[in-house]
Amino acid sequence: MKQTITIDPVTRIEGHGKITIQLDEHGEVAGAHFHVTQLRGFEKFAEGRPFREMPGLMARICGICPVSHLVASAKACDELMAVRIPQTAITLRRILNLAQLVQSHALSVFYLSAPDLLLGMDADPNRRNLLGMLAVDPQLARNGVRLRQFGQQVIERLAGKRIHPNWVVAGGVSDPLTEVARDAILADIPEVKRIAQQALAWFIPLIDRFRDEIAVFANFPTMYLGLINPDGSLEHYEGILRIVGWKGAHVIDINPNDYMDTIGEAVEDHSYLKSPFFKPVGYPGGIYRVGPLARCNMATRAGTPLADAGLREYQSLSWEERQSSFYFHYARLIEILYGIEKIEELLNTRSILDKHVQALANVNASEGIGVSEAPRGTLLHHYRVDDNGLITWANLIIATGHNNLAMDRGVLQVAQRYVNGNHIEEGMLNRVEAVIRTFDPCLSCSTHAIGQMPLVIDLVDDGGTLLERVQRG
Amino acid sequence: MSSVKTLKINGKDVSARTDDTILQVIREHDIFLPTLCHIEGLSAVGACRLCLVEINGSSKLRSACVTQVEEGMEVVTDNERLQKYRRMILEMLFVEGNHVCAVCVANGYCELQWLAERLGVDHTRLIYLHPDKHVDASHYRYAIDHNRCILCARCVRVCGEIEGAHTWDVAGRGINAHVVTDLNTSWDSSPTCTECGKCVQVCPTGALFKKSRAIGEMAKDNHFLPYLKTMREVNKNDR
Ligand code: SF4
Ligand code: SF4
Ligand code: FES
Repeated sequence: MKQTITIDPVTRIEGHGKITIQLDEHGEVAGAHFHVTQLRGFEKFAEGRPFREMPGLMARICGICPVSHLVASAKACDELMAVRIPQTAITLRRILNLAQLVQSHALSVFYLSAPDLLLGMDADPNRRNLLGMLAVDPQLARNGVRLRQFGQQVIERLAGKRIHPNWVVAGGVSDPLTEVARDAILADIPEVKRIAQQALAWFIPLIDRFRDEIAVFANFPTMYLGLINPDGSLEHYEGILRIVGWKGAHVIDINPNDYMDTIGEAVEDHSYLKSPFFKPVGYPGGIYRVGPLARCNMATRAGTPLADAGLREYQSLSWEERQSSFYFHYARLIEILYGIEKIEELLNTRSILDKHVQALANVNASEGIGVSEAPRGTLLHHYRVDDNGLITWANLIIATGHNNLAMDRGVLQVAQRYVNGNHIEEGMLNRVEAVIRTFDPCLSCSTHAIGQMPLVIDLVDDGGTLLERVQRG
Repeated sequence: MSSVKTLKINGKDVSARTDDTILQVIREHDIFLPTLCHIEGLSAVGACRLCLVEINGSSKLRSACVTQVEEGMEVVTDNERLQKYRRMILEMLFVEGNHVCAVCVANGYCELQWLAERLGVDHTRLIYLHPDKHVDASHYRYAIDHNRCILCARCVRVCGEIEGAHTWDVAGRGINAHVVTDLNTSWDSSPTCTECGKCVQVCPTGALFKKSRAIGEMAKDNHFLPYLKTMREVNKNDR
C-alpha cells in the first residue's frame, strides 16, 4: 500500500512550506518533496508603476530580509537611470547589506537552529527553543540576541526604520550618514566582534556530535553560485557572478545581462517556487546551491583578518566534507564575523560622511538588472520600463528559489535515512525539518516559531484514508 | 448694516466679519474641522463635503467652507452624526481609488491619510472597487497617479487662479470623473503647462508628485499660496 506523510505547519495558511514524504508499499521512502505554498505576485504588482517605487515596493516581499530586496532593486533602478552613483552611497548600501547579513544569520543560527545543535535533535520539543537554550547555556542565547540586535541597530542607525526602510533609493541613498550614528556603530564593534569569535569557537567542537546528520543533510555534490571578488574574496554587493563546480573549479562567469541564457527556471506542480537550474547542464542535473555555504566554498579568502582565519580553518575540512548543507551554519558564523569586520572597515573610510549620496536622473535605459547577495544567496531583480519610467515587465529570482532543487533532494536524503513508514518519531521529523532549516529558506514558516514549527504529519494510504496523525506545536 | 455678525459655535459666542465663511471663523478660533478640497488661498468649491456642520439643529448639513455666516447662527462642528458622515466620506474616497499608503510617495505627508488617522478610519466597511486607473508619467519632472486622486480639484484651481495657465480640468461624470491636462492629452504635450509645479504642491495626496521622489519622500509645500493670493489681489486693486 502506498502511503504519504505530510509535514505541514498547521497554524499558518499562507507563506509556509510543507514537506511530503511518499512511502512505497514496504513502508520505505520512495520520494520526498519540499513544497512552497507561498503566493508571490510582486512581478505583477510592479507593472505600470513608476520605477522609483520599486525598491520600497520590493522591500515588502519579505519582512525578514527587506534590505536585500531594497539593494537589488535599487541597483536595477540605477541601471535604468544609467548613472554612476556616488561612491559614498555605494559604501553605505554595502554597510546596510552587511548589517542585514549579520542580523539574519544570527536569527537563523541562534534562534532557529542552535536549540537543535545545543540540546540535540531528539530533545524534548518543548524545551528545544530559545527558552530551553537560556536554561542550558544562557550566555549563548544572550550572544545570539546581541548579534541580531547589533545588525538591527546598524540598519536603524543608517535607515531609521528596521523593517522596510525606504532609505535605499534609485541613484543612491536618501540621507547621508551622521557622525553620531557612525560613532555609535563603531563603539559596538569590539564587543560584537568578540561575541562572533566566541560563536565560532562554540560551533566547531559540535561538528563531531552531528556526524550522523552531516552525512545526510543534503550532502551531495552540486555547483555553487554567488558573487565573488576578482581576488577570490567574499563579496555581497558587486563583484563577479560566478558558478563553480567540483573542488571550486571555475565553471562560468555570468554576465547578469545574460542570466536568462545561463539560468533556466523550471516550474513544478508541487511548489509555487520556481526551481532555477544551470541551463547548459539541463534540468534537474544543473543543480546548484547559493547562500553562505556557496560563498564560503567558493571564496579563497574572506577579506578581513579574523574571518580570513575562520575561513581557513573551515576550508581545512575537505571539499567532499563541505558538501553537506549542515555546514551552512558554519558558513553563517564566518560571515557574521566577516560582516562585523567589514562594517568597521567601511565606516572608517574617509568619505563615509559625505553629503552627496544620491545621483539624480530620469530614466535613460529601458532595462535594468540588479544583483546582490542576500543572506540566503543571490538575488536578482530585472525590470523593463517604458519611455516614461513606468515598469512594463519585471522578473525576480529570489535566493530561496536557487536552493529549491537542493532542498528537495536534501529532504529525500534525510527521509531515507530517518523515516520509516511503520513508526514516526518526533526527532526524525525534526531532522527532516532541520535539513530545510540549514538552508534558512526565506519563508514565514522558517522563522514562525522560535526553534520549532508547529507540525502535523499525516500518514495517508493511496485511497486517501488517514492512517495515523502525529501532531505537535 | 453692521460689518460684524455674532453667532455661536459649539455653544460659544463668536463674532465674524459679514463676508466670512463659517470655516474661516472656525479656523480663527482654532477649532478642528476636517477639510480636503479647501485650501487657504484658493477659491472654495465645496467638493469633498468633509467640512459638514450642523446649523440651528437642522437635519440638513452644510459645508462650512462655502457657507456664509449669518447673524444668530448656531453651529455645531462635532457630534456623532457628523463623525459618522465624515468617516463614511473618507471610506468612499478610499474604495474609489487604489490607495496603498505603505508604498505611496506621499506616505506620511498625505492629508487624506492624516484625516483617516485623525477620524479613526482604519478600515472600510465598503467594498473596494479596485478601479483600473493609470499613471501619466510623460512629463519629465512630474507625474500623476490617478489611483490616488480624490478629485478635490485643488490642482485645477491653483493652475487657473494663481498660475493662470488653466492646464487642469475635470472630465467625465460621477464615478468616471478624472482630472485631465488640456483637452485630455498627455501631460508632456500640454501647450499650457508652465512646469511651475504648483499643482504638485497643493495636491493633498500622492496623486501629483515629483518623479524624483521615492516612497514616503513627497513632502508638500504650499506655503506660497496665501502670499501669492495676496499679491494677486494687490495687483488687481492697483489696476
Ligand atoms: S495618497 Fe495618501 S491615502 Fe492615498 S495611498 Fe498615498 S498616502 Fe495613502
Ligand atoms: S490630482 Fe491631486 S489636487 Fe488634483 S484633483 Fe486629484 S487629488 Fe486633487
Ligand atoms: S473642505 Fe468644505 S467641502 Fe471640502
